[in-house]
Amino acid sequence: MTQALSRVPAFAVAAVTILLGLVFAIVFMEQESDVAVISLIALAAVAAWAGTRAGVAARVSEAAVERPGGIALLVAAGMAVLMGVFVEDHFPLLMLATVMIYATVALGLNVQFGYTGVVNFAGAAFFGIGAYTSAKVASSGLPPILSLPLGAMFAAVIGLLLVIPVVRTRGHYAAVVTIAFSVLFKTFLEVNDALGGPQGLSVGAMKLFGWDFGDGPTMFGVDASFYLNYALMALAMLSLVFVLVRRLERSWLGLSLDAVRLDETGAACYGIGIRRSKIFAFVLGNAIIGLAGALYGCMQGYVAPTSFTFSDSLILVAIVLLGGMGSPWGTILAAAIVVILPEKLQAIQEYRFLLFSAVVIAILLFRPAGLLPRGVRRYFPPARKGAQ
Amino acid sequence: MDLLGQYLINGLMLGTIYALVAVGFTLFFGVLDVIKFSHGDVLMVGAFTGFTAASAAGALGFSHPLAQLAATVVFALAGTALLGAAVAKWLILPLKNAPRLNILLATLMLGTALRESVRLFYPDGSNPKAFPSLLPTSAWQFGNFTLRADSAILVVTGIAVIVGLHLLINRTRLGLAIRAVAQDEETARTMGINYTLIVLVTFALGSGIAAVAGVMDGLYYNEINFGMGLLLGLIGFSAAIIGGLGNLYGAILGGFLFAALQMVGAVAMPFASAYKDVFAFAVVIALMAWKPTGLIPERSSDRV
Repeated sequence: MTQALSRVPAFAVAAVTILLGLVFAIVFMEQESDVAVISLIALAAVAAWAGTRAGVAARVSEAAVERPGGIALLVAAGMAVLMGVFVEDHFPLLMLATVMIYATVALGLNVQFGYTGVVNFAGAAFFGIGAYTSAKVASSGLPPILSLPLGAMFAAVIGLLLVIPVVRTRGHYAAVVTIAFSVLFKTFLEVNDALGGPQGLSVGAMKLFGWDFGDGPTMFGVDASFYLNYALMALAMLSLVFVLVRRLERSWLGLSLDAVRLDETGAACYGIGIRRSKIFAFVLGNAIIGLAGALYGCMQGYVAPTSFTFSDSLILVAIVLLGGMGSPWGTILAAAIVVILPEKLQAIQEYRFLLFSAVVIAILLFRPAGLLPRGVRRYFPPARKGAQ
Repeated sequence: MDLLGQYLINGLMLGTIYALVAVGFTLFFGVLDVIKFSHGDVLMVGAFTGFTAASAAGALGFSHPLAQLAATVVFALAGTALLGAAVAKWLILPLKNAPRLNILLATLMLGTALRESVRLFYPDGSNPKAFPSLLPTSAWQFGNFTLRADSAILVVTGIAVIVGLHLLINRTRLGLAIRAVAQDEETARTMGINYTLIVLVTFALGSGIAAVAGVMDGLYYNEINFGMGLLLGLIGFSAAIIGGLGNLYGAILGGFLFAALQMVGAVAMPFASAYKDVFAFAVVIALMAWKPTGLIPERSSDRV
């Protein structure tokens, strides 16, 4: 099997895998009964295990190294197809958009945790800053599209308040700074009347050049769900952030961020500005999270403090760890799992947090590197045969 | 004056509870260099165990408050000590060499699991429970200021536990072993100290102390709920951190400091007492900016 595989081009193996994944996603999203959902999950687990054993996973990651752009385009196209299949249904589109928004947030956290080693347990707080910005922008009469850059900016600026303690502290001491901020933020939202208190605020729909996101577009005689607008925008945002993060990782900047994470003292000896790197990663990560939060606020139509608690921050961190620290692909996969599973398993809705925490503990015990661990940094594709 | 007195006794009470929680964090950090974030939820389990024991004792005909109190304390202590040791054995020791963040997250998730288990599986667990008042409720009058006997007993008990722990750590062979393991695992092993046993005992000890804090909290507010551990755990962790991890006195200092901050927040901003937690956590962040390794830093140096 493995030998037969090695004769097929890696890119073809990857394309077939992505296609299978797409078919699986379509079938999975259509299932309603719990038995079907659970057996499909079991099937996916077995397939993933078998694929790893048979060497498919290795070939796919080879393809991802050789032609990263091609793979990314394929996955984005797959997402678009998925949206096309469910174009009239609210719920699957809402889930897809939520997955992509959470994936964007997790990519932002990844810049902090995965690349630079800056801990941030206040992800949901910065997400909330973005969402509340969108509410305030919508009520102030400014063009709603401005809420995206403003959300990113406010998240970054408010994050600057924490910069001094975040840069000066390390390890557990750094964790407590962001944990304290997370609790502080939620309490603040609850008691602040200008921000709606515990009830929160409602957010107007996104509008872009006269295109109202609150109405579903009608194309080719199909009345699309209005969530299609947000799903498309989330896809655009995720793609943009993904490209940015990948470029960052490959750049010298990304290399120095890695150096800061792995060995602060060593990095400082080679002239890397530790503080500068940490501030850069913290601010950039928060801006990405705030951007995603602004879109989330517009999509949900309301914001309330209960969506931005410390537990939500934990779920975001769990996505990053589950996917594999610093691995953008793993992050997206983990975001899909974490968002969709509890929604699909309605029968165990009550037990979903319990199951979820048990799953995360099991992964930490038995596969601590995450689902798709980040590979070794490679600047050049592996030497092709005959090239030497 | 009377109001100030009330704030003072309230602050002392909260400070004692926070200090008891923070001491657990600092003990665990001392022996294993890990943060066990499920500590707050272990406390909640302790409070529920105590509540169950009190109800059971009442149902079995031991209607005397003292008998119920004894049952509460004994069962809460034993239950959480076992739970703490089990967590150490099956979750924390296997992860000992994993990255710190993984341990932090694993224990955070364990806390969620404990919280959810109580909510789902304890009879009517999602609603708050009325904790019985088992302490005498008589009060002494000092001028305008009323000192209730139960508050006084709770504060004195808490301080006695802290002093007892101090003596245990500094004056007994067990304490010596704990300190040895905290200082250097390998040397401790070569000196014939049973490392695993000491770690388990330390976790049992720290969790038992958390149970005391949980029962105290229940007796003081006469109410417990499944989510009580989250904020108490966070505050205890913050207190241990601002005091300086691994240092018993730092944890106690941090606990009382945090309570004092909340009280100052409530007194200084009567127009916005809802902001008292915002104020306290903001000061914690500012303190971390000022003293990045806590008020009483660990004695350590960077190894390259």
